[in-house]
Parts: sequence; structure tokens; C-alpha cells
Amino acid sequence: MIRRTLMAGLFGLLLTGGALAQDAKPTDPQIAHIAYTAGQLDVAAAEQALGKSKNQEVLDFANLMKRDHAAVNEQALALVEKLGVTPEDNPISQALSTQAADKLAELDKLDGGAFDAAYVANEVAYHHAVNEALRTTLIPSAQNAELKALLETGLTLFTEHEQHAQHLAATVK
Amino acid sequence: MHRTLSAISLLAVLLGAVLPAGAGAAEYVVVIEKMKFGPLPDTPRVGDTIVWQNNDIFRHTATATDKSFDIDLPPKSKASMTLSTAGNIAFLCRFHPGMKGVLEVAP
Repeated sequence: MIRRTLMAGLFGLLLTGGALAQDAKPTDPQIAHIAYTAGQLDVAAAEQALGKSKNQEVLDFANLMKRDHAAVNEQALALVEKLGVTPEDNPISQALSTQAADKLAELDKLDGGAFDAAYVANEVAYHHAVNEALRTTLIPSAQNAELKALLETGLTLFTEHEQHAQHLAATVK
Repeated sequence: MHRTLSAISLLAVLLGAVLPAGAGAAEYVVVIEKMKFGPLPDTPRVGDTIVWQNNDIFRHTATATDKSFDIDLPPKSKASMTLSTAGNIAFLCRFHPGMKGVLEVAP
């Protein structure tokens, strides 16, 4: 249910193109902003988990998310600086941020095993949605070769995260 | 047992940094890039050195599934180890277990 809602939201925005002015295809400055925002949101989710969870496996996972996503974003910042691109805020980034803020508030009310299960379930759904967006829209739309390459490495990395979260989900039910 | 192997691995890393490979022993570099282990040596032998070179911006490990080695690889780092046992040694990155391979070590 969580997954369906989140994916429906993200896909609705990406596929209808209604969110992005006249054109469904995001530009490089928009793609950079979406990718960076998605990373920052997962770092924020990880920080919440690090503050709330007592489960060592969940803590290890959250530390990994924080480290890997921060590394990608550091690279993304260096790249946009090198390319002279200014990341451009857009409705997809805004929708991601709004959904993530709602999720943080929802998870904040939970504790113990209930928090762990909800955090990990959302990590599965979130990575799945972002990976689908990368695969179907962001990577094919990216014009700059270096940006495309970074997104592709990101997709490989986040697919690992999604699988890791799926395994973890089986143990924190 | 594990501690002994770790100590040997650590020693190998320390020595590898300062000493050339011994007579007849070869050194192979395995490059890790874009979330993948690059080409592995075709015919590594016991006594040869493997240098794991992590070119990624992510922390990885090279970890044998039989626990005979577990090399931590911070971003943009490298570490060496000497092959001490023959056989097909499966390994992976503990953080990203989709990254994996098999070292086919000859005696």
C-alpha cells in the first residue's frame, strides 16, 4: 500500500509530464535537482532511523544509506559545479520532498519494531520508485554524458540498496 | 583460526606496501569501479599478491564468503593481500553483495 501510493505519486508526475511545464522530459538542471533531492531525502530518513532504532541491522543499513547517498550527492555537486549547471527546482523535486516530509512525520510517531518495519518498508518502496524513475525517465532524458554516467552508477548502487532493504524487511516484520 | 588469517592478511597488507613480491610471485591489480569488480587474474597462484584498488566514491570490501579474507576498502583506496590457499574462493562486497566474483587460485 505504501509502495503503491508512493509510486503512483511519483510515476503520475513523471509519466503524465503534467508536473514539468509543457514537456515530459526533464532537463539536465532539473534531473540534477531531482537526483540530489532524492539522495538528501534518504539521508534524512537514515538520520531519523539512526536516532530512533535499536536494531543493529537497521542501524547498519541506515549508516550505509547515509554514507552511500552522501557520496553520490557530493559527486553530483562536484559535477554540476564543473559543468556550470545550476540545479533547478521543479515539481517532481517538490513532490518528493512533500511525500518524504509526510513520511518522516508518520514514522516519528512509531517506536521499536513498528518503527523498524515501517522505515525498512518505506526504504524498499522509495528505492523502487526512484530506481524506476531513473530507469524510465531520468537516465534516458539526461543529455550530458557525465551526468548520465553518474545516474547509471547511482542506479546500480540504489538497486543494491533496494535488495538490501528487501532482505532486511523479511527480518524486521 | 579467523584471527590468525586476519593477522596474516593484515601482515600481507603491511608488507605488500613496502616489499616487492617475492621471486616468482606475481602481483595482480583488481580494479573496483562503478559498483563492479573489474577483470580478475586468469591464473593466480598461492603466494601471488592481489591489490584491490577501489576507484569508487563508495566504501567497499573484498570479503571471501569462507571468511579467509575481509579487506576494507574506503573510497579511492587500495589494499594488498597475499593468496595463501588454493581453490575457488568466492568473494563479495559486504555492503553491496551484488558485487561479487570468484578467484580461481592454483597451488
